Order: sequence, then structure tokens, then C-alpha cells
Amino acid sequence: MTALLSVDAVSKRFRGLQALDAVTLRVAQGELFAIIGPNGAGKTTLFNMIAGEVAPDQGSIAFAGERIDGLAPDRICRRGIGRTFQLVRPFAALSVEDNVIVGALLRRPAVEEARAHAHDTLRRLDLFDKRVQLASALTLPDRKRLEVARALATQPRLLLLDEVMAGLRPTETDRMIAILRALNDGGLTILLIEHVMRAVMALATRVLVLHHGAAIAQGPPQAVVQDPAVVHSYLGAEAFG
Amino acid sequence: MRALWRDTALWRDMPVRGRLLAGLLLVLLLAAPLFADRYLLSILILIFYFAYVGQAWNLMMGLAGQLSLGHALHVGLGAYVAAMLWVYFGIGPWLGVIPAIGVAALVGAAIAWLGCRFSIEGVYFALLTIAFAEFTRIAFDHFGAAGGAGGFFVPYQAQRLGEWWNLRGGQWLFYYVGLALATGAVVLTAWLKGSRLGYQWRALREDQQAARALGIDILAAKMKAATISSAMTAVGGVFYAFYYDSLFPAQVFGIGRSIELILAPIVGGLGTIFGPVVGAFILTPLGELLTAALEKLGVNAPGAKALFYGLTLMSIIFVRPDGVWPWLARACGLTGRRSGASP
Repeated sequence: MTALLSVDAVSKRFRGLQALDAVTLRVAQGELFAIIGPNGAGKTTLFNMIAGEVAPDQGSIAFAGERIDGLAPDRICRRGIGRTFQLVRPFAALSVEDNVIVGALLRRPAVEEARAHAHDTLRRLDLFDKRVQLASALTLPDRKRLEVARALATQPRLLLLDEVMAGLRPTETDRMIAILRALNDGGLTILLIEHVMRAVMALATRVLVLHHGAAIAQGPPQAVVQDPAVVHSYLGAEAFG
Repeated sequence: MRALWRDTALWRDMPVRGRLLAGLLLVLLLAAPLFADRYLLSILILIFYFAYVGQAWNLMMGLAGQLSLGHALHVGLGAYVAAMLWVYFGIGPWLGVIPAIGVAALVGAAIAWLGCRFSIEGVYFALLTIAFAEFTRIAFDHFGAAGGAGGFFVPYQAQRLGEWWNLRGGQWLFYYVGLALATGAVVLTAWLKGSRLGYQWRALREDQQAARALGIDILAAKMKAATISSAMTAVGGVFYAFYYDSLFPAQVFGIGRSIELILAPIVGGLGTIFGPVVGAFILTPLGELLTAALEKLGVNAPGAKALFYGLTLMSIIFVRPDGVWPWLARACGLTGRRSGASP
């Protein structure tokens, strides 16, 4: 089986800080892959590298069999990778619907078709009833879902989610988990960075643990959280009993 | 044409009352030369001109978020190109407008490219546009074929007065051409705003990084905005040249001119379709009234108009930061189904 996304030994150094050190990972078609790790472990750097915001110093990234490292973010999106931002970035002065239409227009140049597709996407994210509101008027949980909706509207083959659960209350987290579950069941490959372990345990087929820029463990979530290296370096000995 | 109709949310989303009002206003303006005197018509022509060039600037700033403070550059380029082609080669403005558009669009695209290439954004990009306008002004001051600082004149030829096809005619001609330009600019803006490109522009205006993450080619979108806006502005320049028949670099390219043409959209409402029109209808008559009043009082104060515009701008921005039109539209119950939600 060939991987949809393969990251090969990528490294990145910011001045004196080794942000990423020869990290390798493979995400297969249809997988829901999670990257976890403490703050400063290099998760967001890895994520931004895949999305084209930063180029790796060493190593390579391939998507659907083609090299994508060094490509600009818009070209990576056109290749089929959608992303969200950790700090949500809605188009504040546009309506919820128009936000999603911007994404939908990537694959559907006709505005009315894009609008129809945006409506479908909004229904899947429980935002349809709020479509005429300005994005700036939404609550944080709604903005998080809008962020997902907008990226999803570009019809990605791989969806990158950067801490979409952060700051959500438990009921909202469950709602987001259900939405992501449904998207993944529909065949969408998802790569997520997440701090909320409940979500990771509930969703991920495989987990990669980063620590100080290096991958210290990789595997199914149940196995990873019992890995002694992970328990000691990240989760803390008492975290999972 | 049908695609234009479908994508132009302008009419479709307008409530019945808005359609009636817009229709009434258009009929009134079409009939105005029958009952209005020369003075009123001359003010209306100025209003159309500022509504038109304001709309062109609004496309770039209001929709795409690219601040140009040197748009007089494109007015001037359009004006000089068309006027020189007419005087030297007898090429009429209806044809001359094409090279005029070409030159201004090329320069506009070049400035946008430079801005992107060297990551000059926001206020710094505005400085770049001012710099281009200023050094073009200085170049034209020393450009002998264009008359230099002494000015360039489109000669008055009584025998040509009826030649509407050469934009040689009386007030009525300029009145209707101006009305057509202003109306056309409204329709074009509405269409562009609702188009794919319009969505890309607004996304990039709101958040460039997020727009890029949705697959939008930022460079292409910015260059399209600058090119279309400059091209439209150049048409205004051609109109200007043949209406006034005289061009002086200091007057045409001056920063004062650039500021003057952005006032209407700011006062009316940035990024809105009717904002520049409403702004022009407010500011131009006020400015003319002031001039008339000062004349009557026998006061000679050269800076009075600029000061007056400045004060008007400040007070309107203070009272209605989004401009007059969004407030006016709400007050009159004219907000469209969609246009109300997203500027």
C-alpha cells in the first residue's frame, strides 16, 4: 500500500533551536492520523511544513506520489491538502456562507455551484442555520467548525486540522469528534494535531508522538499511551494510571 | 449576458423598493438635461466623474484591500495618452481609449507585481503608489512632446463641435457619457463582487494567509485587481482630458488629485457597490457650494476646499465609520438579501 502522505526525515532548525529532527511519517489513504506532543515539540512546525508555510532544511514530503516540499501554500491546497489554523482565521467581514464559498470556488468556478456545495458543507458542520451571519459574530466553537467547513469546501484528499478541539467545552468536543468521525467514515484522510487526549483516543487510527522535535513513538493510540518513553517524557507517569 | 445577469446579485437581491428607487433615479438623471441649467449639469458631470473613478479605486481598495494613494497616476496616463494621440495623430478618443487603458493597466500591473515581489504591503504599498505618481509627474514636467510643465492642450475647433464620435461636443455629450460611465462602473463592480474573482479579492482583503491556504494565488489576484482598477481609472482620464481640454502635470498627477478621488468611496462606504456614488453625490455638491459661497463673499482662500473636504471626511468617519451608504440603505430598508450581510 502506498501512503497518501509521506514525510521523509524532515529537519528544520530555527537559529539555535532544532524544531524538527529527522521526522518520518506515513499517512495511508483513509486514515485518521494524530500528532501529539507537549508545547514546543514541533507539531505546528511539521504541520506548517506539510501545508507549505515553511520549507524543510532537509528531507522531503510527498503527497499522492509527488514531491510537495517547497511548494507555496496555495499550490499545496490545489494539490488536495486542506488546512485549518490553530488560531482561527475567519474572513470576519464576510458571512459564514461566503467564507465557505471562497473555499468551494477552488474546484467549482461557477459561483452558484460553489454556493450549493458550500450549503452542503455547512450542513455537515451544523452551520447551515447560521449561514447569513457574519463570521465575526460567531462563538468560538462555531468559528472552529467554520474553519473546518472552509477547508473542507476545497474538497481536499487530506485534511490537516490544527487543534480544532482546543478551547471547546466537552459537549462541543463530542460534537466535533462526531463530525470528524463522519468525515473520516466518508473516506476523507485526516491528519490532526491535538492536545485533547480524549479526542485522540476516540478518533485516531495511529498516533505519532513528538518530543523536542523528534518522533519518540508511533502506533495505535492504546499502545502509544502505554509506551514508557511517552509516559515519562510527555504524559507524566500518573496521567493514565 | 445571461451569465452577467445571473451573477450580478445587484438587481436580483435588491428589494422592490430599492429597484423602484434606482429606476426612478436613473430616469430622473436621464431626463435631467431637459430641465436642469448649465450649472447644475456641470455639477452632475463632476459627480459622475468622481463616482466613476471612485468606483475604480473602490475595486482595488474596497474589494481587494490594496491601498493605492497614487491613482491620479492612471487618470493622468489615460488623459495624456488619449490627448496626445488625438492632437498628434488625429486618433479619436473612442479608439485612443484602448492604448490609454493599455498603458495604465500595464503600469498598474507593474506596481502590483513590485509590491508582491518585494513584499511591500499595506501602508508601504501605498507609499509605492505615491512614488510612482510623483515621479511620473516630474517626468511629465520635463516631457517636451507633452508640453512639459506648461501643460498640454486639446485645441478648441469650432468646426468639430458636433463630432460626438471624437468626444467633441457640448455639455450634453459629456453629461451622458459621464452618466453611462458611472452606471457602467456600478454594474461592473456588482458583477465583479459576486464573481469568483470578487470572492478571492474579499478573502485576500480579510486575511491573506487564510486566503492562500484555500488555494488562492495571491499574486494573480492582486495583479488582476490593480490591472482592472488602473484600466478603469484610465478611462476616467480620457474623459477628463476631453472635458477640460487642458492637462498640467502638477494638477493631473498631484497627490491632491489622488486623495480627491478616494474621498467619495470612503465617505460613501468602502467595498460597497453604491458607496462611491453616494459619496460623490454628497461631497461634490458640498464642495461646489462652498466655492460658490466663498466667491459670493469675496473671500480668496485657495486651501479652503481641501480643508473643507478634510473636515467633512473626519466628521463622517467619526459618525459613520462604515460610510454613509450602509447606514442609509438600512434606514431606507434597502438592504439586499445577501448584500446586507457581506460588504
